[in-house]
Amino acid sequence: MSLKRILAVVAARNREFYRDKAGLGWNIVMPAIMVLGFAFIFSSPDESLYKVGVLGSVTGDTAPAFLRTPHIQFIAQDDEVGAIDKLRHHRIDLLLDLRAMPRYWVNELSARGFVAERLLWQSQTNAPQAPQRETVSGRAVRYVDWVVPGVLAMNVMFSSLWGVGWVIVRYRKNGVLRRLRATPLSAGEFLVAQIISRLLVVSSVTVLVFAGTNALLDFPMRGSYLTLGLVFLAGAIALVSLGLTVSARVRSEELADGLLNLISWPMMILSGVWFSLEGTNIWAQRIAELLPLTHMVDAARRVMLDGAGLQEVAFDIGILLVLGVVLLTLSARAFRWQ
Amino acid sequence: MPLLQVENLVKTYPGVRAVDGIGFTVAEGSCFGLLGPNGAGKTTTLEILEGITGADSGHVLYRGAPRDDSYRAVVGIQFQHTALQDFQTVHEALRLFASFYPRQRPMSELVQLCNLGELLDRDTRALSGGQRQRLLLAIALVNDPDLVFLDEPTTGLDPQSRRNFWRLIEGVKQEGKTVLLTTHYMEEASVLCDEIAVIDRGRIIERGAPQRLLAQHFPRALVRVPLSALPDPGRLPPGFEVRGGDAVAATDDIDQALAQLRQLQVALDELAISTPTLDDLFLKLTGHGLRES
Ligand SMILES: Nc1ncnc2c1ncn2[C@@H]1O[C@H](COP(=O)(O)OP(=O)(O)O)[C@@H](O)[C@H]1O
Ligand SMILES: [Mg+2]
Repeated sequence: MSLKRILAVVAARNREFYRDKAGLGWNIVMPAIMVLGFAFIFSSPDESLYKVGVLGSVTGDTAPAFLRTPHIQFIAQDDEVGAIDKLRHHRIDLLLDLRAMPRYWVNELSARGFVAERLLWQSQTNAPQAPQRETVSGRAVRYVDWVVPGVLAMNVMFSSLWGVGWVIVRYRKNGVLRRLRATPLSAGEFLVAQIISRLLVVSSVTVLVFAGTNALLDFPMRGSYLTLGLVFLAGAIALVSLGLTVSARVRSEELADGLLNLISWPMMILSGVWFSLEGTNIWAQRIAELLPLTHMVDAARRVMLDGAGLQEVAFDIGILLVLGVVLLTLSARAFRWQ
Repeated sequence: MPLLQVENLVKTYPGVRAVDGIGFTVAEGSCFGLLGPNGAGKTTTLEILEGITGADSGHVLYRGAPRDDSYRAVVGIQFQHTALQDFQTVHEALRLFASFYPRQRPMSELVQLCNLGELLDRDTRALSGGQRQRLLLAIALVNDPDLVFLDEPTTGLDPQSRRNFWRLIEGVKQEGKTVLLTTHYMEEASVLCDEIAVIDRGRIIERGAPQRLLAQHFPRALVRVPLSALPDPGRLPPGFEVRGGDAVAATDDIDQALAQLRQLQVALDELAISTPTLDDLFLKLTGHGLRES
């Protein structure tokens, strides 16, 4: 490995990136528009189904009438602290405690919580004892606060996958790789250079989008920027490696595009970027745990919303890095210049 | 010892034997040309010698030994079709390629040799055909190679640019570099090459210095009339034979050939007398023209 050769390729790739004004705009403006757009469009997501967490179990006739309300999904919770966190993060809309004295928690910033609470009151009209009302204290989050870490992570995913995957296939198809191959530049040097260049791009774009949208939306950032940066960096390493693996041999841009879409769309839906998977199909949740985007979104959310420290997200970062190293090794083995 | 020794190369693609037992040697400091029509196997042969493609069988020796990792650093390559990365200037492209090599030629020399002075800040996508070929030649020379491969370097250029490019290659030859080029322009081969190999369907059908090959195969002149000019196309004048759509006599005695034609009352409006070229040689050797097939 020659550092000089790697840096020369990094510089050339960077030039290609920032001189392509159309592409540059797309890379920076698009994610910002997505964050802002979704903040407004989905600021009160309108789903017919409400999710209510229930602590303690009640069966048979003794169950309150509320538990029979149609269009509400009741999800059993066994951990009070965790359940309150879910409520704070809009993963459930209301939390009902039936273990002793009936009481419930509501997130006062949640529009859906507001409606769910009204439904609860309605079902209580001839109950002997009204449940006690609690609100999640202090650090309630808006839906937009909850969705921002997800959108940032999703943008890291798209930029990482296409920024190397699609670019390498294009180089292979139009003959740039063939020409490079005729020089002493090694495949390893070339790949490392592509990764470095893309990590630089992803980092700077993420910083820009974060700063720009934060100025407009003022979302919470309770953890350290360093930890958040490490989460995104680890995620980018995993996804850049995934992009490299996809592009190791493919010659057709259309096929590469299709494969990358095939990978990224299910991830986007299953990784809880837009809505929580709480209470959905257990298999969907199992699969989600295997996806790198899930770990990036979860960890970023915990850092930004709960102020999680490096130790608390170390597991997710570890998984992302291991995945990155495995995929990188795989793609370096599989790589073909032509 | 020859710089390059090539023995019995074979390369098969599905359904086609692209290279079918090719062998030759290239002397240091010479210019060797592979000549043949499209699809003859020139590019495939060259790519095997460049180390870009592996052969099914055969040997390539560089300075008497099998090629190793250092080979890539001492050869320069101009592909028939090459893409460069987008959004870079001529100067940046040269710098990028130069950075890959341990040995580099001073940029100013390279710019002068390939006549790129006025183009240095131009985006590489905004170059004309001839300018682009000059840049690609310069890229092939960034490492000051001992051996230069040029695959159809002038195909698609207008005659003026082609002649200019020949001058650049002459310059490269004068520096003592060994040049291996392919072309389907016979004139190019006669002007530039010290030795040529004529290839058809993956095989070498003739080899030698261009002038020696011509002298060996032809008398001094070719006298040619279209077959349509003969009163009776079934009856050729003595000494004439059909080649392409013409009656052709290869002869040292032009007067006598003309007398034969007059005797048969052949219309001489379209008579052509020429010295034989490599085109004629190719036609004679293969029975088909270079541009056809
Ligand atoms: N990558 C390839 N796959 C399949 N066939 C090929 C490939 N490259 C060349 N060929 C075939 O090999 C033959 C020789 O091609 P080539 O070496 O490019 O000829 P030339 O350069 O003389 O025009 C042609 O029939 C061509 O179609
Ligand atoms: Mg060719």
